[in-house]
Amino acid sequence: MTAPAMPRNSSAVPLGLPRRLIEFTLDGQEVRVPEGSTILDACRAEGKDIPTLCEGDTLRPKNACRVCVVEVEGARTLAPACSRKAEAGMTVRTDTERARHSRKIVIELLASSVDLSTTPKVAEWIKEYDAKPDRFGPDAARLNEEPRVDNDLYVRDYDKCILCYKCVDACGDQWQNTFAISVVGRGFDARIAVEHDGPLTESACVYCGNCIEVCPTGALSFKSEFDMREAGTWDESQQTQTTTVCAYCGVGCNLTLHVQDNEIVKVTSPHDNPVTHGNLCIKGRFGYQHVQNRD
Amino acid sequence: MDLHFGDSKPTDEERAAIDALLGPPESAWEGASDRTDTDLRWARGGRAARERRDLLLPGLHAVNDRVGWISEGALDYLCRRLTVPPAEAYGVATFYSMFAVKPRPATVLHVCTDLACASRDSASLCAGLEARLGPAGTPSGAGVLWEKSPCLGLCERAPAALVIRAGAEPAAEMGPGKRLLGALSGGDPLPGERTRATAVIGPATVDSAILAATAPETAPEEPPAALAVPQAGQDGLVLLKNIGVVDPYDLDDYRSHGGYTALRTAFSIGPAGVIREVKDSGLVGRGGAAFPTGVKWQATASQPDHPHYLVCNADESEPGTFKDRVIMEGDPYALVESMTIAGYAIGARQGYLYLRGEYPRALERLTHAIEQARSRGLLGENIMGQGYDFDIEIRRGAGAYICGEETALFNSIEGYRGEPRSKPPFPVEKGLFGKPTVENNVETLVNVLPILTMGAQAFAAIGTEKSTGPKLFCVSGNVERPGIYELPFGATLGDLLELAGPPERLKAVLLGGAAGGFVRADELDIPLTFEGTREAGTTLGSGVVLALDDSVPLPRMLLRIAEFFRDESCGQCVPCRVGTVRQEETLHRIADRTGAAAAEDIALLREVGAAMKDASICGLGQTAWNAVESAIDRLGAYE
Ligand SMILES: Cc1cc2nc3c(=O)[nH]c(=O)nc-3n(C[C@H](O)[C@H](O)[C@H](O)COP(=O)(O)O)c2cc1C
Ligand code: SF4
Ligand code: SF4
Ligand code: SF4
Ligand code: FES
Ligand code: FES
Repeated sequence: MTAPAMPRNSSAVPLGLPRRLIEFTLDGQEVRVPEGSTILDACRAEGKDIPTLCEGDTLRPKNACRVCVVEVEGARTLAPACSRKAEAGMTVRTDTERARHSRKIVIELLASSVDLSTTPKVAEWIKEYDAKPDRFGPDAARLNEEPRVDNDLYVRDYDKCILCYKCVDACGDQWQNTFAISVVGRGFDARIAVEHDGPLTESACVYCGNCIEVCPTGALSFKSEFDMREAGTWDESQQTQTTTVCAYCGVGCNLTLHVQDNEIVKVTSPHDNPVTHGNLCIKGRFGYQHVQNRD
Repeated sequence: MDLHFGDSKPTDEERAAIDALLGPPESAWEGASDRTDTDLRWARGGRAARERRDLLLPGLHAVNDRVGWISEGALDYLCRRLTVPPAEAYGVATFYSMFAVKPRPATVLHVCTDLACASRDSASLCAGLEARLGPAGTPSGAGVLWEKSPCLGLCERAPAALVIRAGAEPAAEMGPGKRLLGALSGGDPLPGERTRATAVIGPATVDSAILAATAPETAPEEPPAALAVPQAGQDGLVLLKNIGVVDPYDLDDYRSHGGYTALRTAFSIGPAGVIREVKDSGLVGRGGAAFPTGVKWQATASQPDHPHYLVCNADESEPGTFKDRVIMEGDPYALVESMTIAGYAIGARQGYLYLRGEYPRALERLTHAIEQARSRGLLGENIMGQGYDFDIEIRRGAGAYICGEETALFNSIEGYRGEPRSKPPFPVEKGLFGKPTVENNVETLVNVLPILTMGAQAFAAIGTEKSTGPKLFCVSGNVERPGIYELPFGATLGDLLELAGPPERLKAVLLGGAAGGFVRADELDIPLTFEGTREAGTTLGSGVVLALDDSVPLPRMLLRIAEFFRDESCGQCVPCRVGTVRQEETLHRIADRTGAAAAEDIALLREVGAAMKDASICGLGQTAWNAVESAIDRLGAYE
């Protein structure tokens, strides 16, 4: 038995009394996790890796991508590990034929319709699950979206969007409370958009970039990153990261500056910071452009 | 919340439509033209106004009903009035197929191309319309937009069509011969404004459809609901006994045929007594999931959190299903009475009736019935002098099959996109507005009347041990007498088809609708019970029995089913959002292939189907492959 896992987002919730431990069977092993933990929490505590896409460490998962499904004994369907809470006595298997099959198909469905070229880990998963996105044929429908470059700060390239809802949740009631973006349309035609599907500059967006911070696919990226990728000069191996304190106001948010060739190319914020949880405002997020442009 | 709005302004019609629903604006922030000191109160954006989010869908309807589409100015004005972020409202407006956010002609002709209509040659109807009006989806010179539609719930009159012409609500009179589609509070017409009208045509011809689209107000009257009930007036009917017998507009007539004795019984045995009777009766849900109704009621009744809500699911959009419409049109007071009883049992004071947006006559009759009941003390405060308060509000859907899923329906009422929620928590604990909620299908609810009037034991004696009571079946396709049939559970598929007049060369029967499964012509001895269909590896679903003769090409039917799921997927989860697209593409590829030429694609379908079934969030994705699978395995499609 290993140490109990901490539930996700535990830092966002003030811890009250120590939580009761729950015991259940995970891949044939008895494990204990604090009440309220998800199956994914338990898996991670056990050192098991399960693919995830719509789950994020600072958000309540929408459980929409379904790449994390596992088999719960007695259940008619598979369960999303990222959001199903562990229950005492349940028996969970993460690596059955059935679960692996669904994960593989989900990866194939996404890879055959979305540009996943900047989604971390997908290439690994495609190999691990022996996924063959091409088998749907050359005519398989794709999103076919063009990048939207409508402001100087960041680009929305919805051809890369897996519709994980993270940006919507970060912009909405989970963090930013700006509600600038929403899922619009239905089914395969559903997209992320501002009202009337207009440009960002005519929306409520305040350019906090918190949506970029949580986007798992690179569909949302700094204009600087987007331009460098277009130019073929983006090179993460040549980048350094330095975490500092934002100097624009007195809140003291942590900024992580990503620097390539002496230029700041993007700014993130540590997700484990108890104050910001990775969220910033326009000054911390995009102030570097201002600084650099003045040079 | 700090909302941002663009510069677009509503037109006079749009403003009038919204103000008629919400009352005049109080401040310039909300869009009033004069600045007053009440402006300072705009910051109340917080609670009071946010609590009105559930008026978003009625507000969108108000604009769409009146103008025919929802402009930027109208949407922004509605958002100001309700303190809803415009991006979210745009997300909601674009979710529903009855709404448009781009200009379109005021008249839309919806032509059903779904299963029952396809089996009765909707293809020729569409070809004729295309020749006269141009391709579907493009406005014609005549100011009419014609569109292909999923099942309109008029399958007994296949091929069916529905005309909706936007405009101001005509003088709000109701009664026989009146039709309406929209809130009664539509606001007075502005000078010279077009009035709203709807018309239902079935069976439709090219001429009758075009004529009705050109002048819906003078289209011929729909036949009475009883025409959809071939058994109407027969002895021994339980659920259909009033149809064609009791005047659907006349509360006294309803009462003189035994109406409201069940509610009286309910008051005499108390809420716990009602729940006990419903439990003892063995009633299970008729909406498709077959969950024990009494258990659901008890679980909600016992929740400490309040208020409790009752929701009637009248979204009826499963292709081939039209039983709820026939009840609502033919016996509306029965639904009002049974909702009152259900509300009483579970301790709810407010009931919502979520009605499919494409049901103009049901809307009109239920609106009338609710008003009559209210004016006679059968709804509202202190019902029948028993100290119980209950009222019913109708909420219209707007063209989204997924909103029939119970939690998607809650989101739809609350003014969010109709996406299913993840369960747990279950509705009995956290349902509508996050409160304990019972949601039941129309047919489930009306079963409560005979349970209380004949007693649980007598009710349970009908049918089989595990499937008790009478059941409604929606028979359509290639039969002589399509319609709603009532039979005790336990009758076989053959018995039912015999009543409806089976085709000479029956090829297959689709049970349970698009989410159900096909059975062969030699499987007519399947008992129509929950357990019997389960044992036979199929499902009763919502009671759809769609008979197909050998004139109907099966691959076309399967493609239609696949299109339906692709169109109706909410888009939330990957297996369904993309899986339904891949399923349709694959079926297209093999539409004219058989044997080895189709084998590889069938294997692919199976793989995608298994993931949809296993990994989708809700029943839509989980069942999207059922019918196709059964056609391959049971009927040998593509062999
Ligand atoms: C995609 C989908 C559509 C549904 N549509 C309907 C519907 O139109 N009417 C209905 O009563 N139930 C529908 N249901 C079933 C409801 O989710 C729910 O089970 C039912 O309303 C519960 O009522 P009952 O217990 O009385 O059957 C649908 C379910 C799914 C998954
Ligand atoms: S930058 Fe901030 S305000 Fe703008 S869409 Fe992203 S999260 Fe919302
Ligand atoms: S833009 Fe990024 S964060 Fe937003 S839904 Fe798409 S993939 Fe998710
Ligand atoms: S299964 Fe389909 S309809 Fe249901 S939540 Fe997923 S995408 Fe939406
Ligand atoms: S990571 Fe669990 S559903 Fe997306
Ligand atoms: S009305 Fe056409 S299939 Fe139901």
